[in-house]
Amino acid sequence: MLAYLIRRLFAAAVMLVVIILVVFSIFFLVPKWAGVDIATSFVGKQADPHAVAAVREKLGLSDPIFIQVWHFFKGIFVGRTYSAGGDVTHCAAPCFGYSFRSEQSVWPVLTDRFPVTLGLALGAAVLWLVFGVAAGVLSALKRGTIWDRSAMVIALGGVSLPIYFTGLLSLAIFSYGLNWINGQYVPLDQSFSGWLGGMILPWITLAFLYAAMYARITRATMLEILGEDYIRTARAKGLKEQVVIGKHAMRSTMTPILTMLGMDLGALIGGAILTETTFSLPGLGQAVLTAIKNQDLPIILGVTLITSLAVLLANLVVDILYAVIDPRVRLS
Amino acid sequence: MTELSKSGAAVGEPTDASPAPTAFLEVRDLKVHFPTDDGLVKSVDGLSFSLEKGKTLGIVGESGSGKSVTSLGIMGLHTAGQYGKRKAQISGEIWLDGTELLSADPDHVRKLRGRQMSMIFQDPLSALHPYYTIGAQIVEAYRIHHDVDKKTARRRAVEMLDRVGIPQPDKRVDSYPHEFSGGMRQRAMIAMSLVNNPELLIADEPTTALDVTVQAQILDLIRDLQKEFGSAVIVITHDLGVVAELADDILVMYGGRCVERGPAEDVFYQPRHPYTWGLLGSMPRLDREQQDRLIPVKGSPPSLINIPSGCAFNPRCPYADLPKDNVTRTVRPELAEVGTRHWAACHLGKEQRERIWTEEIAPKL
Amino acid sequence: MSDDEKAVTIPAQADEPQLQGGTLTKNPAPGEVLLKVTGLQKHFPIKKGLLQRQVGAVHAVDGLDFEVRSGETLGVVGESGCGKSTMGRLITRLLEPTGGKIEFEGKDITHLGVSGMRPLRRNVQMIFQDPYSSLNPRHTIGTIVGAPFKLQGVEPEGGIKKEVQRLLEVVGLNPEHYNRYPHEFSGGQRQRIGIARALALNPRLVVADEPVSALDVSIQAQVVNLLDDLQQELGLTYVIIAHDLSVVRHVSDRIAVMYLGKIVELADRELLYKAPMHPYTKALMSAVPIPDPRRKNAKSDRILLQGDVPSPISPPSGCRFHTRCWKATQICTTTEPPLLQLQPGQQVACHHPENFADQAPQDTVLLSVAKEAEKLLGETALQESAETSAAVAATLSEEAAEPVVDAAEPETGEEK
Repeated sequence: MLAYLIRRLFAAAVMLVVIILVVFSIFFLVPKWAGVDIATSFVGKQADPHAVAAVREKLGLSDPIFIQVWHFFKGIFVGRTYSAGGDVTHCAAPCFGYSFRSEQSVWPVLTDRFPVTLGLALGAAVLWLVFGVAAGVLSALKRGTIWDRSAMVIALGGVSLPIYFTGLLSLAIFSYGLNWINGQYVPLDQSFSGWLGGMILPWITLAFLYAAMYARITRATMLEILGEDYIRTARAKGLKEQVVIGKHAMRSTMTPILTMLGMDLGALIGGAILTETTFSLPGLGQAVLTAIKNQDLPIILGVTLITSLAVLLANLVVDILYAVIDPRVRLS
Repeated sequence: MTELSKSGAAVGEPTDASPAPTAFLEVRDLKVHFPTDDGLVKSVDGLSFSLEKGKTLGIVGESGSGKSVTSLGIMGLHTAGQYGKRKAQISGEIWLDGTELLSADPDHVRKLRGRQMSMIFQDPLSALHPYYTIGAQIVEAYRIHHDVDKKTARRRAVEMLDRVGIPQPDKRVDSYPHEFSGGMRQRAMIAMSLVNNPELLIADEPTTALDVTVQAQILDLIRDLQKEFGSAVIVITHDLGVVAELADDILVMYGGRCVERGPAEDVFYQPRHPYTWGLLGSMPRLDREQQDRLIPVKGSPPSLINIPSGCAFNPRCPYADLPKDNVTRTVRPELAEVGTRHWAACHLGKEQRERIWTEEIAPKL
Repeated sequence: MSDDEKAVTIPAQADEPQLQGGTLTKNPAPGEVLLKVTGLQKHFPIKKGLLQRQVGAVHAVDGLDFEVRSGETLGVVGESGCGKSTMGRLITRLLEPTGGKIEFEGKDITHLGVSGMRPLRRNVQMIFQDPYSSLNPRHTIGTIVGAPFKLQGVEPEGGIKKEVQRLLEVVGLNPEHYNRYPHEFSGGQRQRIGIARALALNPRLVVADEPVSALDVSIQAQVVNLLDDLQQELGLTYVIIAHDLSVVRHVSDRIAVMYLGKIVELADRELLYKAPMHPYTKALMSAVPIPDPRRKNAKSDRILLQGDVPSPISPPSGCRFHTRCWKATQICTTTEPPLLQLQPGQQVACHHPENFADQAPQDTVLLSVAKEAEKLLGETALQESAETSAAVAATLSEEAAEPVVDAAEPETGEEK
């Protein structure tokens, strides 16, 4: 088990380094090959050639590629210093550079916005797990009945309706129409009830989509597991049906759900762009959307790396849980 | 008929009053039907038999003959695992030690499962939960029916694993099913099914998934354990060799019904149903001189949705035209006595069958 | 009445297939060596870790020598994991051998590529175990049986359709069912379709891997008889791989018994079943449940082997059977017994054969495993084995006519 864990951690670390290299290459080298000058785009279109040269020197854009990569890498882990002539800026680790537009350091931007996205993702995940899995199990047990059919029709709706539709609809009803919920985002450290009020609609909207997917997967898996021989054995032992389902069948059903959860959470932590935009939540998704519009490369780069890290971590946790659930995984 | 029930093996229509039987297990006119899109699948269609403690009944039949469905019916597993709209339709009576199971409270039947009656399945790899240790699964089976702490139950599990011949049982108890070989898994399965000293043990194809040398070990084990525990055993198999090894009585099933039933020796040496003849003739035998040709049964087993009218075997029976008035295709034959505690369901005359067997079939085997 | 007719879905499927015409028949010279296998090996690598280093190998087939003669049936028996199926896939070249040599009609086919094998595919065909998964469910049986013609670019006389219908008739199916799909047929009928497909190109060698084990008893007999008839009519040569010893005895002329990737005994059918020489063969045969209730309590003549077959990843040293053998002595753990012809028609790889003179008489101290195993032997079996061996040894030493090859010659550890 320990060897398995160490192997997984090692693999995750290697993966992270590879991701940093690849992402850096894409965002800094591709524009260069495409003939877009980063320094010019940093300064602005009608720029003074001297300013452009200064920026180029300060960002080290004329250095050889591997030096640039190395500086970027070093910046993340130990910090780096930008200097051009007498103009020296020190950027402490972890340094992701400076926004082209606001000239703010990228890292504080990320740390400001990360809690919002994390809260959104985790809260929604709890909701969709509880409701999605429960609906899936019940549908499987009541296969073919009215309950099953209506649950699956609702789930189909959840899967096919886009977030901006369900999100705007819920805003229109609960916030503007009924006026139950304020709908404004309030940071958690200012007011818990305010935070809850601001998050509840995004949670429900996001969870509706995912709960629908999870319900469908849970139902299909549960139906398959119920046909397994070992479930019949469990009944033949004289176990109560609640135990057969709740213990023997559920443990097997959890495996594919966990896999999905790992990937979905990872992706959401990188920013739920649609949800955040619809509900004006100041999260990573919104930040990256703005950055894309402004061609603000350092921000995009930072968010991408955070997303990759989140996906990696989530998968690591899933792998470990997987081994805890299924003893056969520990061997290979 | 009254005379028959004394012998502990009454087969035939139950009387209207249906008094509680004296036999340990008695099945009367059991029917298990499954509704499907294509029609009603009549997996078991009127089966009756009885069994005493300490005896072994072998149920023989091909796939789709209803033998496994019968065993799950006795265990009450058709109703326990039913979700959704399409439920199995079960009728008849199953008397286990004086209790009628089909009309009993399902929770009462559940409490009997695993304690008074238990079951060994064909493929021990899929029949054991892959995520729990062997020990945990046996402990669970024991603690459902015994109010003991985990330690005591674990000791019991180790004891059972030792009894079924698993080396180093105190270590192996913490292994997972995938860490066992096929034969060891089946031993563990047997240990689990015997942990509560059941009075009725149903073994559904217990050795089909195993290699022949391991099969010999398992058959030996089942036989020894039966002697030791004195339970009633039902062995379900398609392998006539396996029933010959284990069974006192044999019941041959075809198309959801019993076509022949009797003491093992009689069924092997004086079979009185053409299907039994077919089974015996189809099987190459190691204990005899090499046959030139096997004598197969023509055609394929019947569809259970569209069971042939009259005798279900008539389309495949070489003697279907012998009885008069096309009776084999219109009237369903009932079991009739052909010897002591030996019944067969066939339209051919008793003497006719004796003659065909001794003159035409037996010499070719 | 109408119900009855419906029940018999395929009336033309008789128990005796009607063979039509003799055009399929080739003229093989009986007895000539068709397939010759020397030192055949197949090791499946086990890879592990990030870099997928090879950490070991499954020794599925580990040095086989045998011949298949034209017109005969070679049966191959053994328990799961003995490598018999791998062997079948090697000689039909569905797998690439790790070592050794395969010759078909004198031509070395060991490492032929796909295109090199194409002409050979006509002559070597395979029948698979599972009639449910080996037929493509989306193709009609006409397409399935006719596929070999298209693959080989052969245009049979009278067209493919006519030829396919004739083949269907040969295997006892109704030729009018040309356009039906596999799911419309029962297990036995599907196996017949598989056989028709294998016969399409009029092969010389047919390798059948467990051709009847997925079928019901009554259907098994139909297929066994069909294989029998086809061999007689068409002069086919079979290699039939099966785990069921009764079936193998019924169909085979010679039988190879495999254990952990090796042939332990290769003998003519009668010799093997009357007087098996390898202890494993003997145990295997005695383990088969006999369908005779009168012998139910005659447990004493059964040999119950201990434990399970060891892992083919690290097979036991010396004789691979020594961990379960009740006759094993010191030499069995160190020296691998070669497969030797001890009498005409019977090759055995054992230091202490049954029913024959001991090949390593100087080595008499039983291993502890053998002492343990002895407890599991029926008394009769043990006594009988001692008696026959003694008797055979006595007659042999008297006659001393045929000098028996000395199997006890020390061997180097190369073979491991």
